Amino acid sequence: MRVYLDNNATTIVDPQVTATMEPFQTQIYGNPSSLHAFGSESHIDLNNAMEKIYAGIHAPKSDSIVITSCATESNNWVLKSIYFDYIVSNRKDHIIISEVEHPSIIAGARFLEKLGVKVTYLPINEEGIVTAQSVRDNITPKTALVSVMWANNETGAIFPVQEIGEICAENDVLFHTDAVQAIGKIPVDVQSLNVDYLTFSAHKFHGPKGVGALYIKKGKELTPLFHGGDQMGGLRSGTLNVAGIIGMGKAMELAVDCLDFEMPDVEELRNKLEDALLQIKETFVVTPREKRTRNTMLISFRGVEGESMLWDLNKAGIGASTGSACASVDLEANPVMEAIGAADDLAHTAIRFSLSRFTTEEEIDYTIGVVHEAVERLRGISSSYAYTPKNHESEL
Amino acid sequence: MGFDSLIGGSIWDEYSQKVQDRMNHPLYMGEFTEEDAAAKGAKLIVADFGAESCGDAVRLYWLVDEKTDMIIDAKFKSFGCGTAIASSDVMAELTINKTVQQAVKITNIDVEFAMRDNPDTPAVPPQKMHCSVMAYDVIKKAASEYMGVDMESFEDEIIVCECARISLGTIKEVIKLNDLTTVEQITDYTKAGAFCKSCIKPGGHEDREWYLVDILKDTRNEMAAESVAASADTSAIGGAVAFAQMTLVQKLKAVEATLDENIRQMLIMDGGNMEVLDIKENGANIDIYIRYLGACSGCASSSTGTLYAIEATLKEKLDESIRVLPI
Repeated sequence: MRVYLDNNATTIVDPQVTATMEPFQTQIYGNPSSLHAFGSESHIDLNNAMEKIYAGIHAPKSDSIVITSCATESNNWVLKSIYFDYIVSNRKDHIIISEVEHPSIIAGARFLEKLGVKVTYLPINEEGIVTAQSVRDNITPKTALVSVMWANNETGAIFPVQEIGEICAENDVLFHTDAVQAIGKIPVDVQSLNVDYLTFSAHKFHGPKGVGALYIKKGKELTPLFHGGDQMGGLRSGTLNVAGIIGMGKAMELAVDCLDFEMPDVEELRNKLEDALLQIKETFVVTPREKRTRNTMLISFRGVEGESMLWDLNKAGIGASTGSACASVDLEANPVMEAIGAADDLAHTAIRFSLSRFTTEEEIDYTIGVVHEAVERLRGISSSYAYTPKNHESEL
Repeated sequence: MGFDSLIGGSIWDEYSQKVQDRMNHPLYMGEFTEEDAAAKGAKLIVADFGAESCGDAVRLYWLVDEKTDMIIDAKFKSFGCGTAIASSDVMAELTINKTVQQAVKITNIDVEFAMRDNPDTPAVPPQKMHCSVMAYDVIKKAASEYMGVDMESFEDEIIVCECARISLGTIKEVIKLNDLTTVEQITDYTKAGAFCKSCIKPGGHEDREWYLVDILKDTRNEMAAESVAASADTSAIGGAVAFAQMTLVQKLKAVEATLDENIRQMLIMDGGNMEVLDIKENGANIDIYIRYLGACSGCASSSTGTLYAIEATLKEKLDESIRVLPI
């Protein structure tokens, strides 16, 4: 059996999305910027797709949603153009981000630091959440931007973007949120809060890879990252990714519909998995359930190193994820586990399961069995569960 | 950079079949109790290395025959990734039927080599090398316990990387054994510098007495000195070192000697001379950069006949791949 439980990394493309995209790769292939019929025949469908994308986040038509190549591009655009538009001019010198942002924000901020920008990295609390108070405490008159994600990729923790937006508005600071992990999991309404920029990406909600977006509030337009042929109102040049935009539109429509119809089932399955795994002794879940997206769980099995766990899961056909050092090229411990102040010995034990509306109960039942066996096997090998003779001073 | 760096691969794809098999079915996983030791008339040794907070921890159990110092059986427990478990398993196996003194000589290279499917392909990707280094350290730890000496006095007293508890001796040894040339490689092989990064170079968040950049530089210098000494010894006992294998200084000396003997007199007679500016390996060629002095510098022959004579002499006396480039 093959079970995909890494939906925060990417998702299967919904077959309905693939079907909608197909004609735009084989029949309607013109460049939408061309004057002839080959070019213009995609315009109605592109506009319909954009309408669905606008509707998905309740964006008023006076605001812009610029289609990009990925969320990383959107996030880079915000950081780099804030630098050009607000910091080079010496009007501002400071930005605030959280220490658990996606690498496209963290690495982007580090790059800005090299250029002389002051960056504050907000910590998360023991529930894995960035508090609005910490934003308030760190804003200065020279702060240009606050960038805090809507929901965390590792824990699913939902951050208080509403309050953070209010604090930014009070202080006349721009607010960007990376909503990549929020769309399709919880309602996202850009009019329900003060947000100037919002990032999302189609492949996280059963759309195609290579299609991201940046929502930009009216009047907050940024210097483009890509100069060129004036597509997307000149904000992001480059031949339109026609099939991709059509696909994102369909995926957004389905994702929003699913919030009411299928996400409750996803949550039920997630809870079933979580309850069953918490039966294993010395097992911990990060962030209270009601403060998380409905598909995500970050769980630690004491004494079981994360990559070993993934190895055993993978052998059984299950795909999950770990922030454990050993699974990555660098050797840092899982930053979330460090940040929430988890016991040191748990820093390398976290496993993330992330479900989707395509996850079945049968898959969850199978996974529960496999995880139980893997924990038993790996704890059998683990030094945490080793015999210590009386005269031996354990250093473990 | 280049093609291989673009898409990248899974680090799991780089594990040898032996690593995978040992991860799936470790043969020496387990533990011994005092009762097990008593039953075999052996001494139980238990040694720990690493820490779970660092991502790897291993505990080694030995049953040692005190009359012969022979390790009659070994088992391990390990908190770590697949390669840590596999390395620990192979490490435990390698120590069985060796004396404690022999076991101490097992290096991380032996452990890694034993996990290879074929001798030319590494068993694990570079960033996983530290797992085999840890296997090597825990053996030393166990030996120090058995011999009743302090690990510090037995091994190295200076800890360079506090986070990963990596000693100066280990770092220098790993640089020499594996011919490492960058700090990143040291981190891959030993885990030193992987955590707080303070020990990499001055300016981290903690001041350190030893930094990896300096240790690397010093150790590379030591290695160069050792190799010069070795080749000097070779020539001293009459064995000629091939030009291509010489160090830069040796090459320069050889070139100067050849020029003095065969070329310079001729040039000086015409009121000129030449100097050697640099010697560089350039693909298959050894390029010798020269400058003409005095009358030679304007001489028409300097780029034709004289140049040909210089190059032909050096090719004949020293190495066929030499090219002479006047600047």
